[in-house]
Amino acid sequence: MQEIKNLIIKDIILEWRQKYAFNGMVLYVVSTVFMCYISFKLKTNSIEPITWNTLFWIIILFSAVNSITKSFIQEKAGRQLYYYQIAKPSSIILAKIIYNFLLMVFLGFLGFLIYSIFMGNKAENLGLYLLSLTLGALGFSASLTLIAGIASKSDNTAGLMAVLSFPILLPMLSMLIKLSKNAMDGLALRASYDEILVISGIDLIVIALSYMLFPFLWKS
Amino acid sequence: MRKIWWKFLAAGLVLYTAIFGLIGEVPRQPILNETIRNVYFHVPMWFGMMALMISSLVYSIKYLRNGQVQDDVYAVEFANVAIVFGVLGFITGSLWGNYTWGDPLPKDPKIIAVEVGLLIYSAYFVLRGSFEDEQKKARLSAVYNIFAFASFMPLVWILPRLTDSLHPGNGGNPAFGKYDMDSNMRMVFYPAILAWILVGVWISSLRIRIKLLNNHLQDNL
Repeated sequence: MQEIKNLIIKDIILEWRQKYAFNGMVLYVVSTVFMCYISFKLKTNSIEPITWNTLFWIIILFSAVNSITKSFIQEKAGRQLYYYQIAKPSSIILAKIIYNFLLMVFLGFLGFLIYSIFMGNKAENLGLYLLSLTLGALGFSASLTLIAGIASKSDNTAGLMAVLSFPILLPMLSMLIKLSKNAMDGLALRASYDEILVISGIDLIVIALSYMLFPFLWKS
Repeated sequence: MRKIWWKFLAAGLVLYTAIFGLIGEVPRQPILNETIRNVYFHVPMWFGMMALMISSLVYSIKYLRNGQVQDDVYAVEFANVAIVFGVLGFITGSLWGNYTWGDPLPKDPKIIAVEVGLLIYSAYFVLRGSFEDEQKKARLSAVYNIFAFASFMPLVWILPRLTDSLHPGNGGNPAFGKYDMDSNMRMVFYPAILAWILVGVWISSLRIRIKLLNNHLQDNL
């Protein structure tokens, strides 16, 4: 536990020291939202609720892929070797997943705030929408962290990252879009138990698998 | 691998299903009519694909446990043939859909699921192609294979049951087994499943042997 906590704190401190990477991610979200604002809202001044929802999730998906890609390439190989010596692989992956989860929650909520300022807030049940955002952040961070670990071993990290992660994230994304659509329609929490259950199930599977498989990646 | 009887069994069963699938008695169903015979060819493709994907998964796990290069070859070739079965199932399905649903590619969660599945397994081969080092390639792709399989399964088994689907057995539609298939059809359908699984394993075993012999030759050069 202590090890995991230390590793998370290390990641946060590192991020704080190299603020440019963090600012880059925030700017990525803001400028994507602004692009959508210009292409949809400014031109036609109307956007279908379904398009509004899907567009938001695609923005979140791309910023997640973009920001989690650097999980394992940010630090030099020498330092990775050092961590290999002093920490268990299972605590490293858990620390990375928790850290990326915090990052994704922050980016997701920030993205939602900016998105609703520019494109208007169409979510009637705000609590449920934010819940789906949190569940999405958890699933995205868990699966993308493992895939970032795989992709970081190759020369073409960014390209491989997109190819490997998009099909894997698709089932989760389609469930999330469904759940957040319920939230937009203002349905009560009770009506969406099915979706919440399935998404939490997928999240759990993904976390458990990342936890089990990461030691094999870490060795190479 | 060296035993030969199951190859005769596979060939015999495929022949049997091809003949009796086309001349056997089938119940008259509205809309389906004679196209119901496609169930002997379309559905076994998915069973074959699933069986091969599971074999590929098992060999990936085996590779991670003991690091034998042989197991990696097994995993790759099973996945390769699984993709072929997936494509065949896709084609037979869209032919069938063209005549019964009036559209070769209707909006259906199962069709989306198999498209995603084919994307996942194509990504697996892209991943393998991007490493030079054999050990690294084998280990990373084994990890991805297990991960991909686990995230593909909810897509196929859970999501179509939650949403509306044109396929029988999903979204409240009755499954084939309940109403549409009589005992005549079952006599052909179950052997057909077995036959195509065996043919899939046969094709993969041939490919595996070629690959292993190639590896052997290269080692001795």
